[in-house]
Amino acid sequence: MAFRRTGLRRVAVVGAGMTKFVRRAQETAQELAFHASRLALDSCGLRIQDIGAVCLGTAPDAFDGVHMNGEYLSDGAGAYGKPFMRAYVGGGTGVFSVIQGWYHVASGLFDAVLVVCEEKMSSCLPHPQAAFLTIFDHTTERPLKPNLLWIFALEMNRYMQKYGLSKKDIARVAVKNKRNAMDHPAAQLAAEITVEDVLNSEVLAWPVQRLDVSPTSDGAVAVILASEDAAKRITDKPVWIKSVGWCLDSAYWTNRDLSYPEYVERAARMAYEMAGIKEPRKEIHIVEPYDPFDYKELHHLEGLLLAPKGEAPRLLAEGVFDRDGDLPATPSGGLLGVGNPIAAAGLMKVAELFWQLRGEAGKRQVPGNPRTGLAQAWGDLMQVGTVAILGV
Amino acid sequence: MAKIVRELPGLALTPEDISQRKVLSTSWVPKAEYAWDAGIAMGRYLEELRNGRLMGVRHRRCGRTVIPPRIFCEQCFAPMDEWGELPDTGTVNTFSICYVSWDVKRLEVPEIPAVIEIDGTSPRVGILHKLGEVDPQQVKVGMPVKAVWKPAEERNGAITDILYFQPI
Repeated sequence: MAFRRTGLRRVAVVGAGMTKFVRRAQETAQELAFHASRLALDSCGLRIQDIGAVCLGTAPDAFDGVHMNGEYLSDGAGAYGKPFMRAYVGGGTGVFSVIQGWYHVASGLFDAVLVVCEEKMSSCLPHPQAAFLTIFDHTTERPLKPNLLWIFALEMNRYMQKYGLSKKDIARVAVKNKRNAMDHPAAQLAAEITVEDVLNSEVLAWPVQRLDVSPTSDGAVAVILASEDAAKRITDKPVWIKSVGWCLDSAYWTNRDLSYPEYVERAARMAYEMAGIKEPRKEIHIVEPYDPFDYKELHHLEGLLLAPKGEAPRLLAEGVFDRDGDLPATPSGGLLGVGNPIAAAGLMKVAELFWQLRGEAGKRQVPGNPRTGLAQAWGDLMQVGTVAILGV
Repeated sequence: MAKIVRELPGLALTPEDISQRKVLSTSWVPKAEYAWDAGIAMGRYLEELRNGRLMGVRHRRCGRTVIPPRIFCEQCFAPMDEWGELPDTGTVNTFSICYVSWDVKRLEVPEIPAVIEIDGTSPRVGILHKLGEVDPQQVKVGMPVKAVWKPAEERNGAITDILYFQPI
């Protein structure tokens, strides 16, 4: 793989903030972005004047019904009079925005960057799902009136078939993540549920049932990135971005192996190589994989090389991915439990690592002084993998 | 985080808050129309669908035969070499039994979307379509299927010229 490994500056996360994730927020998109950004600035004692550039992540304009939604949001994101850039890679946006902020700082161009991700899905009526129709190919797929659930159901079924997995094997992810979210002050769908509850929930697009799926949400998250010199002035507990990786697969999704996210593996390999990580299963202490559907967490753990192919469900059943397990996965509660305001959900995973690695995650704190964490998001037409590895 | 803020911002609304106008909102219904050109590769694909034929393209360097057709091999990033007719048969790579329409309305009779690997293509190469004339409970991954076409006079050069795929 060809990427530059030298001449880049170290970059730290020095602050983070977020709003609650809710089904419908009274606040506008700008108001949500403002709250998250102010909390992030206040958390590290910075003023907006200290910020050199702003990176914003928000998902399809169709949710908001606002063309150039990034520019519309910019005032609430603290971008007035500053270099500003909006990233958009679908569900992968939250982690990609951090990657974008990282290269703004690593390149030497800026010493402090505000990364804000916001989503307000509730404006789209009757349900933001309908806005997703337009991601399908307009000539070969859209005439079949596809539902976004189709692609998840098709991928989940292929994954189950390939490895002989049952719905029960997969439902444990929903149980774990919704339980973890009980300890998250922003959570929308925290609950104590059982595997049976998942199996008995409404069938949407078999094998996908209601409790296999994350909700639609409104919410915002922000983090502050700083260069090494600046970080050391701002905080005595910087959390370093050790590496990043991202990769895009073909948009011809029906020509791919739906049982394995090859593009996540490529993104992960880039990040592991950049961080000098040789044995990810030993060197990663916490992982926040993208979990919009329960099977996706397992799929992604395998793509991240944190579980052998087809074996993530077994490790899950053994408790490896519990908050007090060998490799805690989604200690935040994830998209299934905290909620899924798309771009903000991915950035929430990075914020969770920030709090966990500083020992500030409160009741969610993973035991054993974790030193290295990985956040991953996924999106576009099931084709992008975005990875960031953080460490102290 | 708990040290920094006790109560996070974000005011959750209920559906009644909106319907009873306890909080105010404005609404708008967009009207947008588009006409997409099928293009070179897809144009020929649609023409041949109208003729009741499935077409694929092949790239000699990588040896892949793929459907739907494209003028370039995206892996080698070079022009595709040749067109060829493919059989209208294949196997079910994966499927779903879907009770929700594209705009989230409940369906009494489920749809069965599937990725169908078309015979004569490279491994795992398929298209999105639906299955029909089959009990949803009987559908299996690996099941052989064949296209059921609209009558020739009703075809208009669209993916829907194939009504669905049926087990054989």
